[in-house]
Amino acid sequence: MGFILVQILTGLSSAASLFLVAAGLSLIFGVTRVVNFAHGSFYMLGAYIGLTLVAVFGDLFGRGHLAFWSALLCAALIVGAIGALVEIVILRRIYRSPELFQLVATFGVILVIQDLTLWGWGPQDLLGPRAPDLRGAIMIMGEPLPRYDLVLIAAGPVVLLLFWLLLNKTRFGILVRAATADREMVGALGVNQAWLFTGVFFLGSFLAGLGGALQLPKGGANLLMDFGVLAAAFVVVVVGGMGSIAGAFLAAVLIGQLQAFGVLFVPQSTLVMMFLVMAVVLVVRPFGLLGRPELVGQGRQMLDDPLRPTGWRFKILALVLVALLVAAPLWLGDYGLVLLIDILILALFATALHAIIGPGGLVSFGHAAYFGGGAYAAALLVKYAGTPMSLNLVLAPPAAALLALAIGWFCVRLSGVYFAMLTLAFAQIVWSVVFQWGTVTGGDDGLLGIWPAPWASDRVAYYWLVLACCTAGILALRHGLHSPFGYALRAGRDSPLRAEAIGIDVRRQQWVAFTLSGAFAGLAGGLYAYAKGSVFPNEMAIARSFDGIIMVFFGGVQQLSGPLAGAAALTWLKDLLFRLEMWRLLLGLAVIAVVLLFPQGLAGFLKARFGRFVGIRPELSS
Amino acid sequence: MTGAVLEADGLAKSFGGVQAVKAMSFRVAPGEIVALIGPNGAGKSTCFNMLMGQLRADAGRVRVLGDDVTGWPPRKIWRKGVGRTFQITQILPSFTVRENVQMALLSFHRRLFDVFGRARLAHVDAAAALLERVGIVDLAERACGLLAYGDLKRVELAVALANQPKLLLMDEPTAGMAPAERLALMELTSAIARADRVGVLFTEHDMDVVFGHADRIMVMHRGTLIAAGPPGEVRDDPEVRAVYLGSSLDPVAE
Repeated sequence: MGFILVQILTGLSSAASLFLVAAGLSLIFGVTRVVNFAHGSFYMLGAYIGLTLVAVFGDLFGRGHLAFWSALLCAALIVGAIGALVEIVILRRIYRSPELFQLVATFGVILVIQDLTLWGWGPQDLLGPRAPDLRGAIMIMGEPLPRYDLVLIAAGPVVLLLFWLLLNKTRFGILVRAATADREMVGALGVNQAWLFTGVFFLGSFLAGLGGALQLPKGGANLLMDFGVLAAAFVVVVVGGMGSIAGAFLAAVLIGQLQAFGVLFVPQSTLVMMFLVMAVVLVVRPFGLLGRPELVGQGRQMLDDPLRPTGWRFKILALVLVALLVAAPLWLGDYGLVLLIDILILALFATALHAIIGPGGLVSFGHAAYFGGGAYAAALLVKYAGTPMSLNLVLAPPAAALLALAIGWFCVRLSGVYFAMLTLAFAQIVWSVVFQWGTVTGGDDGLLGIWPAPWASDRVAYYWLVLACCTAGILALRHGLHSPFGYALRAGRDSPLRAEAIGIDVRRQQWVAFTLSGAFAGLAGGLYAYAKGSVFPNEMAIARSFDGIIMVFFGGVQQLSGPLAGAAALTWLKDLLFRLEMWRLLLGLAVIAVVLLFPQGLAGFLKARFGRFVGIRPELSS
Repeated sequence: MTGAVLEADGLAKSFGGVQAVKAMSFRVAPGEIVALIGPNGAGKSTCFNMLMGQLRADAGRVRVLGDDVTGWPPRKIWRKGVGRTFQITQILPSFTVRENVQMALLSFHRRLFDVFGRARLAHVDAAAALLERVGIVDLAERACGLLAYGDLKRVELAVALANQPKLLLMDEPTAGMAPAERLALMELTSAIARADRVGVLFTEHDMDVVFGHADRIMVMHRGTLIAAGPPGEVRDDPEVRAVYLGSSLDPVAE
């Protein structure tokens, strides 16, 4: 009995930080309609800054209550200020852009913060300071409970109460609630939105920072905190309902309990259980426990050009490109070929992802699951079935497609930012299964010895194989978008009402497209596994999904050739930056710069500038 | 009775405490052009959305060509032979004019999951014929995102005709158009209805259009039908006059 009670209390204490982060995320989304992907980074910053301030304040004012608690509060305030700064410098410029722009921009912020944190505090995990007078444990019915857990258990309801007072008893709160309900109307009533949005960003980031600082005595600080808490916070926000603070609290408590008790019964799969709960909630209540449908982001979209038949000049250009690629081994060294193999594989991956993001109008933030799914399918076949490479490469796409079929069934029920969060969360499940199921997948050590068949073991031969597969894959995807199926997919994006009114089941179209896209991503993954000779969980991590998004974005979302240009640009850029110390920082800044200054992407720019030489011109896109 | 393309029987819908539509019953015969009019907030759009499956009715049945389609999703009702145009045009902006029609034709021929063909080459002649019919064949290659509003309305009509409908539901078909364009579009619609025996139900605020083209007029007020009949009869109805107090029901003399 005491044991169960202590487990419940432990669950409540771990819910606290989660609630703070999720509440901030939900608040920001409710008012600005921006899903702040950098929210996990603010949480991480809260922990690191808190750590430093506790030490500094401790030296200045003695190691008492005042120094400790004011250090945590100041850390949260500093994080809040950083959040406000990010809003003013970056997000304020792109509120009117499609949601993809905001997601990508906040991802750029993640990269920047990662490197700055690494630079400031070093790579090692840091132990958190103990709170004064709250060391040790108290006994509850014979079972020990850390004293500090009591603070955390109280923190959740206290913050919820303060929140309620703020939202219901202050002018700022009234504006926030009004803006959550109808942003345009609040603007029309003469409220300065810029100020309101900055304030909300401050508050939301403050909460994330507070969450990070408060968990210090329990968890300390490390560089993986950002993505770790991000996925969990997404689950909480989706389960609780976007924009609902009470919903976030309810969901955080639910997830906290699940974690506390899940550890007892299935310690290997707490993450999976968390996502399963989310899946069930979404099927029963698509907008979360306390969410409302109207808060789901209506994707503001850009107008794409109609698909025009490819002119002969463009075809010649493409043929010349392919010919140059075929002949590349003649003058490229080993290193150049390795780079080119990477570019080709990632170009296929990005083209598959682009089909869903561009023509499909669905921002998938978890496509690494299918890339990695294909890679692991091939690797597992080598490991356990000993099947030859050619067969494995044939089986990798259907394996990834099966995964996409299952995940897609849930995801296509939602659109906009919900879709993005859900795909990301599901990709995290797949990742955690691979990561935690070490006996089969090798866990963190990965699977080694995935070498090409003898006929393709030569670098040049494998390059040609990759070139053939990727060219065929990209052409197939391109053809698919010109087919009736691709047109129907695009129709669902252009106008769901019209699509339904001419007999198109938009969801089904999207589901099948998602599955097919997964298959091509799986082919890319299979090729990648053989190119590297190994597979690691990294291939399905969030960072890989983001690579895909950035390639699509660099190339230009509205152009079918965008992913090619984007893959080449990003791979080349990364190759260049990897040699530098702070490559994440530079890449992050590059991403932000592209979002702000170059929104039509590389291919869009080339089309506008030089398209007329190959017989294409922008019509609606600009 | 048999033979009606559309029968509504006791349709009702409430939003919270507001009864937007109360027990609406009516029918539309093949080739008949019926106008549904009423002041703002009378429940016309709610009624329309229930007929087309966009909204689920609280009570009542909808029958199309004798089949009960109550609760069907819009796409299924469309397959039954119902074309629809929207109050605010719903056209695929990143498609050309011809491709918009081709898309509907591809759907009609159940080729939505064809990944091998080329959409641009499909049903070219049929699409051209439909565009010819609504008089915009010269715009075929234009991107819809660039079109004038009046032309978009015509594209919508062509799209709505792609499944060889037996019933056309048009929500304010001439809203936002210039007066000359309005009459042209309605004349076109009437001609099509007569030629193909298509039943047409439309809502409209322009009384010239209503009294000039409808065979029968139904007047809605606060969720119920207060009058229905030929234009002359409806015009003289005292209750209708009361509802429209201040606005003339007389078409402007030519």
